[in-house]
Amino acid sequence: MKPTFNPLFISHFTATSCIGQGLQQTLDALRQGKQALKPCDFETVDLNTLIGEVAGVDAVKMPADMADYNCRNNRLAKLGLEQDGFNDAVNMAAEKYGRDRVGVFIGTSTSGIFETELAFRHREPVTGALSADFIYSKTQNTYSVADFTRQYFKLTGPAVVVSSACSSSAKVFSVARRMLETGLIDAAVVGGIDTLCLTTLYGFNSLDLLSTQACRPYDTARDGISIGEAAAFALLEKVPASLPANGVLLLGIGESSDAYHMSSPHPEGLGARIAMQQALQSAGLTPSDIDYINLHGTATPSNDAAEAKAVTAVFGSNTPPCSSSKGATGHTLGAAGAVEAVICALALQHGFIPAGLNTSEIDPLLNLNYQLKNSNQSLNRVMSNSFGFGGTNCSLIFGLAQNERHGSWQSN
Amino acid sequence: MAIELNAYIEGIGLLGPGFTDWPSSRAILCGLQPYQPSKTVIPAPELLPAAERRRASDIVKLTLATSLEAIAAAGLQQENLPSVFSFSNGDGINCHSICEMLASDDRQISPTRFHNSVHNAAAGYWSIATKNMATSSVLCAFDASFGAGLLDALTQVVVDKTRCILMASDTPYPEPIFSKRPISDNCGIALMFTPQADSKAIARIKVSITNDEADQFDDTGLEALRIAFPAARGLPLLQAIAQQNNRRVVLDYLDNTRLAIEVSPC
Repeated sequence: MKPTFNPLFISHFTATSCIGQGLQQTLDALRQGKQALKPCDFETVDLNTLIGEVAGVDAVKMPADMADYNCRNNRLAKLGLEQDGFNDAVNMAAEKYGRDRVGVFIGTSTSGIFETELAFRHREPVTGALSADFIYSKTQNTYSVADFTRQYFKLTGPAVVVSSACSSSAKVFSVARRMLETGLIDAAVVGGIDTLCLTTLYGFNSLDLLSTQACRPYDTARDGISIGEAAAFALLEKVPASLPANGVLLLGIGESSDAYHMSSPHPEGLGARIAMQQALQSAGLTPSDIDYINLHGTATPSNDAAEAKAVTAVFGSNTPPCSSSKGATGHTLGAAGAVEAVICALALQHGFIPAGLNTSEIDPLLNLNYQLKNSNQSLNRVMSNSFGFGGTNCSLIFGLAQNERHGSWQSN
Repeated sequence: MAIELNAYIEGIGLLGPGFTDWPSSRAILCGLQPYQPSKTVIPAPELLPAAERRRASDIVKLTLATSLEAIAAAGLQQENLPSVFSFSNGDGINCHSICEMLASDDRQISPTRFHNSVHNAAAGYWSIATKNMATSSVLCAFDASFGAGLLDALTQVVVDKTRCILMASDTPYPEPIFSKRPISDNCGIALMFTPQADSKAIARIKVSITNDEADQFDDTGLEALRIAFPAARGLPLLQAIAQQNNRRVVLDYLDNTRLAIEVSPC
């Protein structure tokens, strides 16, 4: 099959979640099967669940001229941007291409809503007004974290937030890819940031979707998610003439809508299936070309059942090795797509399939090759799934540069 | 070589203070009739089942109304249509209710409130109502949301060579957030784009990025509307289409980064 997609080079990437700040800690944690989910002690939240909290977010200081952006989401974004020299890489790209030629495409679902939740507790008693130091546009508004990122690097190119619940930071790759393809920009900062807040904790609790244990994706007894927070970023560029052998490429994207229900997936995983098939088609690949699938795998009964049906429909009963990293990181919601893209990139570069944590008995009804132990094996191409409320689905395919035919790349 | 951002517009939907639909708005935008602001009236969403229709929030109804007007004008079915939703705020009333409840002694927000709190809630309801399983981009760029949505829709048209519908919708917050984000009414624009000219095409556009100053309306009422609503930042484009002349318009986008649009009638 001929690809319909010009690959993109992921020249730099980084992730910060409860399992680690930056790539080395993240990789070590995955290799060690580190358990970082903990009983919920976030703020005044009183719920019997576990959370994946990033340590030290409150200690992060905003740049002096960006004090208005101070909120948990932007603090975590700054912490994430400053790992692994990612900020230096963006600045170098901006110098190389021009600050107007670097776009910013960030996924978030929470934005800075936590700041508003706090502000509502301190309303002016008589008028009900919010305090003067609550700055809606720089904190709560859904665009805030892309605005923060753009201003942090003093970029002047296009910028937007994609906010489609738990597919947000997978879909940013698609928005960025189209923008790169037109030549409006030469590089794109893509990423996902979501932070702990009361809305998501009490909200998922209202839907009975919070587990009282560390979440157990694909387990017979899975009973809900553990909410986490994270910041993950990637710098996307057109494929250069020469690539490092272990360079990671974005090879394909598939996207669909369930058009079925606001908070339940299509029971047969129809939208998920379409997203995976489109991703394979766009990359010009067949199911047997995929060496590992990083599942959406939230550990809710309905998500994992629907996803398993969709994966089996696309890949047959003999699926590639699969796992969900949400047992490690928790479900980082709007950041999950970007976090799991980074985990896929690490898996490719280090020839490593991360096990799904916390799962002890794989649900026999979910007929996937689900991995309970880490394994070392060379991987050429991997897929990452991200699905969300509203029936939004996105599948991404990544590959190692050494395996791709660069002849298929059409330089504009 | 860059790919030019060319597209044809084959359907428009418009609702906002003083605007009830696209056909009746053209004379106002051309200056043939005076602009008279009045509260936005959103028609009942016929596509939703009766129970959903009563419960549907303004952002769902507004987005359905503008998009269905644009789709009908283009003579299209709504299935299998890639979409871009650009919401400058999201559902303000729902957000207010959740924040109020979380600040109270009883934090048990309702499941419906919660799933309606996602920025893509209206996109989800829209895909269910229109039975549309194609991809959707759900975006926010604060006051730049119209321009951000326009750029994303145009990149879909030229890169993926597909039709694409843009829906830019603004809805208000109640107090106390209203004082921080004073958007006073509902306002929405929908544009149906296609890569190839066809019999329904009403205008051809070519979009590029510029630092030129944004176009302003001479009419003070229209200019106040343009400034007050992020979706209305797109009105100079609609004016150029209504005038049916070759014209270059510049729309506000981000800071000094703006969008130049060459508009030609079909």
